[in-house]
Amino acid sequence: MSVYEQITQARASAIGEIEQVDDMESLTALEPVLFGKKSTLGGLKRLMGEVDAAEKAAVGQALNQAQADVRQAHAMVKERFIAESRREQLETERLDLTESLEKSMRGRLHLVTQTMERLEDVFVGMGFTVSEGPQAETDWYNFEALNLPAAHPARSMFDTLYLDLGERTEIGDGEGGEATNILLRTHTSPVQIRVMESNPPPIYTVCPGRVFRRDTADASHMPVFHQIEGLVIDRGISLTDLAGTLNEFTAAYFGGAIRSRLRPSYFPFTEPSAEFDITCVICEGEGCQTCQRTGWIELGGCGMVHPNVLSNCGIDSEEWTGFAFGFGIDRLALMRHGIKDLRDMYTNDVRFLEQF
Amino acid sequence: MKVLLSWLREFAPIEGDPYELADHMSDLGMAVEETRPLNPLKGVVVARVASLRPHPEADRIQLVDVEVEPGNPVQVCCGAFNMSEGDLIPFATIGTVMPDGMEIAQRKMRGELSNGMCCSAAELHLGADHDGIMILPQELQVGASLMEQLGLVGDVLWDLEINPNRPDAMSVAGVARDLAARLNVPFEIPDWSVPVVEAREADLVSIHVEDEELCPRFTARVIRGVTVEKSPLWMQMRLTLLGMRPINSVVDVSNYVMLELGTPNHTYDLSLVPNGHIGVRRATDGEKISTLDDQERTLLSGDGIIVNEESAPIGIAGVMGGASTEISESTEAVLLELASWESESIARTSQRLGLRSEASARFERGTDWRLNVNAVERFCFLLSEISSGEIEIVGEVLDVHGALQETGPVSVRTSRISLLLGREFTSAEIRELLLPIGFDVETTDEEDIQLVTVPSFRPDTETETDIAEEVARHYGYSSLGTRVPRSPDAGRLTAQQKMRRMIRQIMIGSGLVEAMPNPFLAPGDVSKAGLSVANPVQLLNPLAVEESVLRPSLLPGLLTSAAYNYSHRNTGLRLFETGAIFLASDDPTSSLPDESEQLAALLTDSDAAHAVGLLRELGDGLKVELTLINADDLPGLHPTRGARICIGEEEIGSVGEIDPVILERFEIEDRCAWLDLRLDGLIEAAIAGSGVAYQPVSTFPSSDVDLAFVVDEEVQASAVEQTLRRAAGDELQGLQLFDVFRSDQMAQGSRSLAFSLKLQAKDRTLTDEEVGGVRQRCIQAVETSHKATLRS
Ligand SMILES: [Zn+2]
Repeated sequence: MSVYEQITQARASAIGEIEQVDDMESLTALEPVLFGKKSTLGGLKRLMGEVDAAEKAAVGQALNQAQADVRQAHAMVKERFIAESRREQLETERLDLTESLEKSMRGRLHLVTQTMERLEDVFVGMGFTVSEGPQAETDWYNFEALNLPAAHPARSMFDTLYLDLGERTEIGDGEGGEATNILLRTHTSPVQIRVMESNPPPIYTVCPGRVFRRDTADASHMPVFHQIEGLVIDRGISLTDLAGTLNEFTAAYFGGAIRSRLRPSYFPFTEPSAEFDITCVICEGEGCQTCQRTGWIELGGCGMVHPNVLSNCGIDSEEWTGFAFGFGIDRLALMRHGIKDLRDMYTNDVRFLEQF
Repeated sequence: MKVLLSWLREFAPIEGDPYELADHMSDLGMAVEETRPLNPLKGVVVARVASLRPHPEADRIQLVDVEVEPGNPVQVCCGAFNMSEGDLIPFATIGTVMPDGMEIAQRKMRGELSNGMCCSAAELHLGADHDGIMILPQELQVGASLMEQLGLVGDVLWDLEINPNRPDAMSVAGVARDLAARLNVPFEIPDWSVPVVEAREADLVSIHVEDEELCPRFTARVIRGVTVEKSPLWMQMRLTLLGMRPINSVVDVSNYVMLELGTPNHTYDLSLVPNGHIGVRRATDGEKISTLDDQERTLLSGDGIIVNEESAPIGIAGVMGGASTEISESTEAVLLELASWESESIARTSQRLGLRSEASARFERGTDWRLNVNAVERFCFLLSEISSGEIEIVGEVLDVHGALQETGPVSVRTSRISLLLGREFTSAEIRELLLPIGFDVETTDEEDIQLVTVPSFRPDTETETDIAEEVARHYGYSSLGTRVPRSPDAGRLTAQQKMRRMIRQIMIGSGLVEAMPNPFLAPGDVSKAGLSVANPVQLLNPLAVEESVLRPSLLPGLLTSAAYNYSHRNTGLRLFETGAIFLASDDPTSSLPDESEQLAALLTDSDAAHAVGLLRELGDGLKVELTLINADDLPGLHPTRGARICIGEEEIGSVGEIDPVILERFEIEDRCAWLDLRLDGLIEAAIAGSGVAYQPVSTFPSSDVDLAFVVDEEVQASAVEQTLRRAAGDELQGLQLFDVFRSDQMAQGSRSLAFSLKLQAKDRTLTDEEVGGVRQRCIQAVETSHKATLRS
């Protein structure tokens, strides 16, 4: 038998043995037989010395080729075993991911808080700070400083809840040095007064918060609700600055299709005063039932801060001018989510709270 | 305030699309709530009632034979009984589409055919009356279109919302003046002068105003030879469309003048005013008067009243006349009163008596005393125009007044107006905007300054800033343009506000849902929740006693919310709230109650450990060390499952379970974990703890030491932990209680606490000896401080 025939035979028998193996263990056991010094091909390598010098290169090449073929056959089978065993392993790990028994543990912020934070974020983006103040207030901060003295007929616009603090109810004194009533703020405007009293202009701030009115609860009124007001005091602030600021806010909060407009109105604390309308968010201005076919919905009130209010806060109204605006937060939430009855927001039924 | 196009046109040639005109009015600050081009009511005709017969089968309806063509009656079933034979009525023929969209068809009612419908004013949207069929004047043409016969075709009705600072716009003429200026058409009040007669002795009237503040001006005139009759249809229609009920010619003219000029007025039957003596004074407490509506009213001092010569009340000033001098069919001589009243007094009296009327609404805003004489003329002109007979108007007009308030001109700087409005105006532009609405403008030597005289019908306008509003209004708010001012500083939340948001995020991350319970409580709610608050803050004027106390704690509200959910089968609740609580202040110099913001959480079907776990989340998230001290005396809490929460030495809240007795009162049948702390305290600590300096991570290996002690139940685990922490010293990197174990094998009243300590030095590997040394120190410290023994 020529050396070439021996090589061919050894190769064939090694590959034959590889193909007979049917698990990884047997394959591993076979490895010394295939590649070790005692393997047939290994034995043939030792015979190389006996080959003619002229043949040496050719035989060597044949031998290397045979060894490469055996290694390849071995590698293929080994790979197959690895894949099979992985497949088996994975199959044992199979899970129905829809079988989850865990209840979701994520909580929810109240819809009013979510809305308030969204509003604050928009105004912070526009360069405003966020100011806060007490909910129980003096008559001075809630009314008098806002150009609403006790006899002012416009006070009837506010159904006010007063506190009974025993003797203190009458002794507390307002800025004017007279006895004052303590009440639950009817708007967040007293925060504006506090900000103006303690900070020199320029002022760019919003005052979100809880407010109170002596209103019987119904689908669109609650005695306790939330408002955000804005205040800007700077040199040269005008009605057009107010219109521009409200436009920018409207586009940022509601989206570009929604615009705002001002209509003349009356508030004791602003002059000129305006009503602030936005494009109806339901019909985007086409006219629908919600907007009584006008294409606009009333959002809030605004105007140039009344000179009396500025001087009540020690600000020179010749040097500084400013604007203020305000609107309800609860109503925005209602509009955005199509909630028909304001009272639903305050039952604290988790089936309501968890929807948002 | 409603206005009718045809009426406005009596003052100015106003034309245009009804909706465009509405936009102009809204833009002028008279917000249009409704624009109603009057429906031509095709198919509705004037018809005659030929005969009335009972329905054979029904009592509540009758059969009416209605003639649209003479001699050719059709039968109709009708549910109203106010018609008589020969009456003219509006009749909707078959096929008519009514204003509400209903189509009239032939119908059978209880076996009888009905070939159309007799209409009420309300059904035609021509008034509020829906009780009876509208009875039309006899002069109308039978068979003709109703709206044509009424002269209403093409007319438009607008409903306006008038702000309290616009008394002038509470009148047809005032609205016309504003709108005419906007449309650039002339506005004019017509000449209403009338021929007059000399006064006779019987016409002599005297006016005695005791209180000029109450009544700055009282103008009166006598008209005799009056026949009290029905006013003409056009007048009745206008009154009806503007929301008033026609009564008789004298009262209708009175109301018509009020709507037209904004001047409420009153008429007396002169023969019922003894000696023509009229006095004006303030009432004294308890005085009584029987008013036009036949009610007896009790007056208070301060109410303005009209009195007769015996000083007995015959009218409530500006609010309602008295019954004793009421106009009736037998009235022949009328005394007309046009008075100006103090607006606050009218507002107070009308509100207290529940008598708010078209008249009081105008007096409250303030009427124009200058218009009194004008309105007297208008009244006389109209009454003579509509009267069937000749009336005699006494020439003398009594006019009693003190020094009438004239406001001097306001100095207005063009530069200031431009600054406030954000647009460069010229002085001439300002003049051109103000003149058409009745302001007088005088230029001065200084180009920037003009003197503006405010008309008396605009009492709200007093200052330069007020005039800026007028300029803006007539220039158009939307025409001024927009501009966005920029703050010199960056917008931001304060550190406290950011921390509050983070706390809320930690709560929702732990699965809690934010609730917003009512901050108002019923008087018993505080004690029902197991709290005792000496003097909670009460409301002076609560809407209901159930909402008369301001919460001194978040507990009652959250318990109520939980109870609401339990009653709706929502269990396993995880609720939290951040909100203000109120307590009467201890500080005698403070006028406000103490108000502090709290954070509270209520977990139902959970024990104290859950609340403590939540607290740890909070402490961990905020990097604030919160320590607990077990306490048996926390209000509202389970007496053996509660602890105070402290930051350092300062107590900031409590944690544990809610007392089962309280849960029973709220019908919550599960254990409830509870956490309540002062938000500002927590936030301050969190801010103080933020921004810590970096500690390099040790590269040397750490060693673990586990120690278990048998400790008396009286000793808090946290106390043992503190001792270990102190004893272990600087090399302690971590300390964790990892097991609590109770068994009969241990002494009564004790338990095993197992801690794992992780030791690591920054600069070297700890030797076995060093680790052993720490271990010994720890054991010794715990054993001596807490009478504990090491478990082996
Ligand atoms: Zn719409």
